[in-house]
Amino acid sequence: MKNGELRVQQLLYGHDSPLFEAMDFHCQRGEIWAVLGRNGLGKSTLLDTLTGFLKPLGGSIEQQGGVGIVAQHSHLPFPYLVSDVVLMGRAQHVRLFSQPGRKDKQAVIDALEQLNIAHLAACTFSSLSGGQQQLVMIARALVTASQTLLLDEPCAALDLANQQVVLQLISDLAHRQQRGIIFTTHDPVHALQVATHTLLLLPEGKWLAGATDSIVTEENMQQAYGLALRKFRVENYATPFIAPLFMINQVP
Amino acid sequence: MQSSKAFITRQLALVIAVLALGVGSLSLGHYPLPLSEVFHQLTHYSQSSGIAGQVIWSVRLPRILMALLAGGALGLCGATLQGVFHNPLVDPHIIGVTSGSAFGGTLAILLGLDPLLMMGSTFFFGLSALILVYAVAALQGRENALVLILSGIILSGFFAALVSLIQYQADTEEVLPNIVFWLLGSFATANWHKVWMLAIPVSIAAAILFQLRWRINLLSLSDKDARAQGVSVVTLRRCVLFCCALLVAAQVAVSGSIAWVGLVIPHLARLLVGVDHRRLLPTAFLLGGGFMIIVDDIARTLMQAEIPIGIITALVGAPLFTVLLIHSSRRRRR
Repeated sequence: MKNGELRVQQLLYGHDSPLFEAMDFHCQRGEIWAVLGRNGLGKSTLLDTLTGFLKPLGGSIEQQGGVGIVAQHSHLPFPYLVSDVVLMGRAQHVRLFSQPGRKDKQAVIDALEQLNIAHLAACTFSSLSGGQQQLVMIARALVTASQTLLLDEPCAALDLANQQVVLQLISDLAHRQQRGIIFTTHDPVHALQVATHTLLLLPEGKWLAGATDSIVTEENMQQAYGLALRKFRVENYATPFIAPLFMINQVP
Repeated sequence: MQSSKAFITRQLALVIAVLALGVGSLSLGHYPLPLSEVFHQLTHYSQSSGIAGQVIWSVRLPRILMALLAGGALGLCGATLQGVFHNPLVDPHIIGVTSGSAFGGTLAILLGLDPLLMMGSTFFFGLSALILVYAVAALQGRENALVLILSGIILSGFFAALVSLIQYQADTEEVLPNIVFWLLGSFATANWHKVWMLAIPVSIAAAILFQLRWRINLLSLSDKDARAQGVSVVTLRRCVLFCCALLVAAQVAVSGSIAWVGLVIPHLARLLVGVDHRRLLPTAFLLGGGFMIIVDDIARTLMQAEIPIGIITALVGAPLFTVLLIHSSRRRRR
């Protein structure tokens, strides 16, 4: 198994009983996997299982090169500086009774520069906008040097412009640095734009996994969300789009 | 925030200020001594150096060192616990150790045990309280910050009731006044023996916490977040809480239960050096020590009779905390 790979075989996961039929997928270096599914189906629980926070109920998770996670909500009890927050990502590289050294601080500077937020280093985390906080949390995941990154709804609290920024970043991290990336999202367009593969969680314990274009189809989406969607192409755009055909009943 | 060079300069200034405060306090008291005499005595130690030598070497120096160590222990413990429990309103009482130790000491006074056994009893019940906190948490099947705080409150209440029971039963002529005076906190009975009893556990626990100072930043994250960073939260927190229990038990054993210092000093320290525990912990220790020296100076000089420490820390601490809260909320609005 190569660095940056994550392979799930016959995985059963959930808090008490398995949420889905035994699951298999293999996220290789440079691949981006989107996880789609309705609220409460178990997207975040899947990420918790992949990081090891929850024990799998069956099957195996193999990975090489470490798994870093960017959680959906990041509340800090004290007004830490951005550089201190990112530095915390180095926990696994600093021995128990030691303090972070020059190398760790350099990793922080590098990560902030890579995300173009070096100018925020001395700001307090709580003073930043939601989009900037998300970038800081991604920087913290980068300094862990984990080869597989999990992102729990990275675009959930962001406006459209910031969604574009984060999606571009996800794409860059996978293609330039050959990391494996798995992210959950509520927007199937995000999957179509950046994800090479998609894991679609369906009702009644079913799931589908494969190349995004073959998974994110009108038919499968209808099955997943219980409403009609239309998939279409726009001239000059490489990837297709998909839009829900909402039906709102007006009270007479 | 300030650079690390500026931080070290400030920290040095703080060390010198606390030292100067300590030396200055040696000249204060009902037997006033000029500073020149204090310096002379400090640099020329001999067994037979008259009243001035006796006052400095046997009475005031151990007392000031005890105040420094006890205040430092409380400041450090408060800063650490506020970090570990993700909550700036936590103080050292929260883990039940203060009440447990208070019960141990009260019981020893009731039984008329000698000072060494009394310290043993204070230590034993203080650390037992922490073990019981973990036992109550284990019965709930979880070991997160909230469960530990709630268990600490349960144990605190339980031991406080036992202390009241002993006070209720105690002989009102002799034992009860002793218990009340001890519970309110005092350094009046300071001697070199007690200084060592305090210095050894405090140095060990403080040294461990100081080495773990960056890890306490990580512990201040939510349990899930900290685990995702690869921190073994449960083990690390046990180790840190044990060190805090050691600090509190040692402090209560020699000087009774003293409130407010562990709550207020960390806030003052945060105002000076920010929230990073790498800077916060040493600063809280120094500020706590300095604060306690001042409080003890007031205790032994303001009136003819000694005023219990606990009364002064509350009288000074409550308004100081109010000022700090107003200041920080103004700063946030800016």
